[in-house]
Amino acid sequence: MSDTSESGIVKNRELRELAGQKYKHGWVTDIEADSAPPGLSEEIIRFISAKKEEPAFMLEWRLKAYRHWLTMKEPDWAFVHYPPIDYQEIIYYSAPGAKKGPESLDEVDPKLLETYAKLGIPLAEQKMLSGVAVDAVFDSVSVATTFKGKLNELGIIFCAFSEAVREHPELVKKYLGSVVPTTDNFFAALNSAVFTDGSFVYIPKGVRCPMELSTYFRINAANTGQFERTLIIADEGAKVSYLEGCTAPMRDENQLHAAVVELVALDDAAIKYSTVQNWYPGDENGVGGIYNFVTKRGRCQGRNSRISWTQVETGSAITWKYPGCILQGDNSVGEFYSVALTNNYQQADTGTKMIHIGKNTTSTIIAKGISAGHGRNSYRGLVKILKSAEGARNYSQCDSLLLGDKCGAHTFPYIDVRNSTARMEHEASTSKIGEDQLFYCQQRGIAPEDAVSMIVNGFCKDVFRELPMEFAVEAQKLLEISLEGTVG
Amino acid sequence: MLVIKNLHAGIGGTDILNGIDLTVKAGEVHAIMGPNGSGKSTLANVLAGRETYQVTRGSVTYQGDDLLAMSPEERAWAGIFLAFQYPVEIPGVSNLYFLKTAMNALRKHQGQEELDAMDFLELVKKKVELVQMDPSFLQRAVNEGFSGGEKKRNEILQMAVLEPKLAVLDETDSGLDIDALQIVAGGVNALRGPERAMVVVTHYQRLLDYIIPDKVHVLAHGRIVKSGGKELAHELEEKGYSWIEEQAGQRSVVGS
Repeated sequence: MSDTSESGIVKNRELRELAGQKYKHGWVTDIEADSAPPGLSEEIIRFISAKKEEPAFMLEWRLKAYRHWLTMKEPDWAFVHYPPIDYQEIIYYSAPGAKKGPESLDEVDPKLLETYAKLGIPLAEQKMLSGVAVDAVFDSVSVATTFKGKLNELGIIFCAFSEAVREHPELVKKYLGSVVPTTDNFFAALNSAVFTDGSFVYIPKGVRCPMELSTYFRINAANTGQFERTLIIADEGAKVSYLEGCTAPMRDENQLHAAVVELVALDDAAIKYSTVQNWYPGDENGVGGIYNFVTKRGRCQGRNSRISWTQVETGSAITWKYPGCILQGDNSVGEFYSVALTNNYQQADTGTKMIHIGKNTTSTIIAKGISAGHGRNSYRGLVKILKSAEGARNYSQCDSLLLGDKCGAHTFPYIDVRNSTARMEHEASTSKIGEDQLFYCQQRGIAPEDAVSMIVNGFCKDVFRELPMEFAVEAQKLLEISLEGTVG
Repeated sequence: MLVIKNLHAGIGGTDILNGIDLTVKAGEVHAIMGPNGSGKSTLANVLAGRETYQVTRGSVTYQGDDLLAMSPEERAWAGIFLAFQYPVEIPGVSNLYFLKTAMNALRKHQGQEELDAMDFLELVKKKVELVQMDPSFLQRAVNEGFSGGEKKRNEILQMAVLEPKLAVLDETDSGLDIDALQIVAGGVNALRGPERAMVVVTHYQRLLDYIIPDKVHVLAHGRIVKSGGKELAHELEEKGYSWIEEQAGQRSVVGS
């Protein structure tokens, strides 16, 4: 942290803003600074863009987003409650260690590698054994990218977003914001203005990516909002499976997280995007935890294209997330498989949006909500069939499972059909883990905690089987950990 | 093996069992008969440790230990098995996985090594033949979408796999046609042995044509009002339960 930012701790807001004005000269010229002072302004955005050595179009894009963001209001329609966020308190840029970007694992700070090892992500080992290419993001800077060589041979681009902006500006220019425009919503606009890094994937025509691409994110530095930006493009006939997994250490302060993920699938292309999210959910009294306001959307732009979202959400104090698909190409397919678990005082308002535009487009939604403790779990989903979407079909299934009597589950389905040939199916259920189920398991010698995790895993089976193998195992473990202490 | 003394138990302050005395030795098969509402299922559930029932008086000793102080899973680890009258569905959990989890939980607590998937599959396939089930049955979710007969056969399969010391069968015959009844009885008989005791709760004498009990007890108003050999079951079949209930009614008046 630079000296100037430390003196920025002033309680009075006006004073701070005044002070901020002064600081901007102090640090903007100081491009060596590892962190920006708290707060958001055009100067900060210029600082981030300069830090990232971005071309001019990128800065312009950010500034446009920022100016629009200033006119927007934080949405309040979700069924979640939290104290107001002071966007001027947040540090929008921080880099770990701040040496030059490493080119191989050997150059990576050993301490970072140690942290990853603790998280169960031994990069070096993974490189040799697992066949998973990892683009690890620590705070806001990508520190390691593996498997580049192998992917290069196939013409696959898998790199840090900031690198893509520098190395592949034509692709970024063409697709960035084409699915989630800067004006889409409050958090997406904020992200567009200040995002620091993320992942970029391009799969060329006809190429099937030979390995699962994976990024692990971790939030670490105090008071640092993390704003990732991910863009995945599958060109005609390309196929790719992408894994996103997250862990965060124990924290007391709430941290804002507002990522944007955009997927584009051209003719006959398929993208599978899987997430296991277990950021710090706050303690058992609801203190702390991550605020997760994410915009994820895919565009099935080409004919016969397919985009599939699978998510297991066990972390965060607040989850606000609706990964969706715009089914533009004829015969395109959108899928959403979700498990959301809330325990203690966690709140989740999550679901999907399926927008049918092309003919014979199909969407499938399977959402499983699990509530324990004082957890609150809402499914919110929109299925929209436009006039042009002749022969569109949707199947939705929303199931809720309650553990205990202090938690809540809610379902808010929105259906908007403008073409009479559409076929829609919607099923919903709410159940409790019954005394009879528990007793049955216990009578067979299965202890209550094991029984609960078995019953919950059974409940989630339809979603877990959509996950790649190694993620499915991790997801089951996560549920077990997240449900510890719910019986007894 | 099992010694029940003056057992009183019920739900929400109302006693359903009003002083049960019963001793079951290893190798014996005891049939508990009685009219609806006499407390048969309550007795079965109390032995398995279901928390909805409260024991208000009396004692139950199992292999010398205080059974009532044990949790349901501890009782299972000690070798007690209840074949449920209404087996429970567990969606998404395969029969095979459920059985393996149960089996390995028992083995762990009995100081045995856990079985790996291959060894377990081999073992369970033999047991499946015993109850004449299609092996595809193992891949289906526990009791989900099973017919009444399939559920009961599944209970016997579980019993065959887990090999309990004391098996309590709670109206396993209810809702079975004659073919299923014979299969279930065959499974039970195959498990009879000098080390194993069974308590067979039933409303009808029919099951006892196939599972020949060593002793028959008649339950009425929460008490054992008559005990005898297997011929007692036939007597009940002929005369019905009313004469027993009348006797019991008189006795409880005298007794109180």
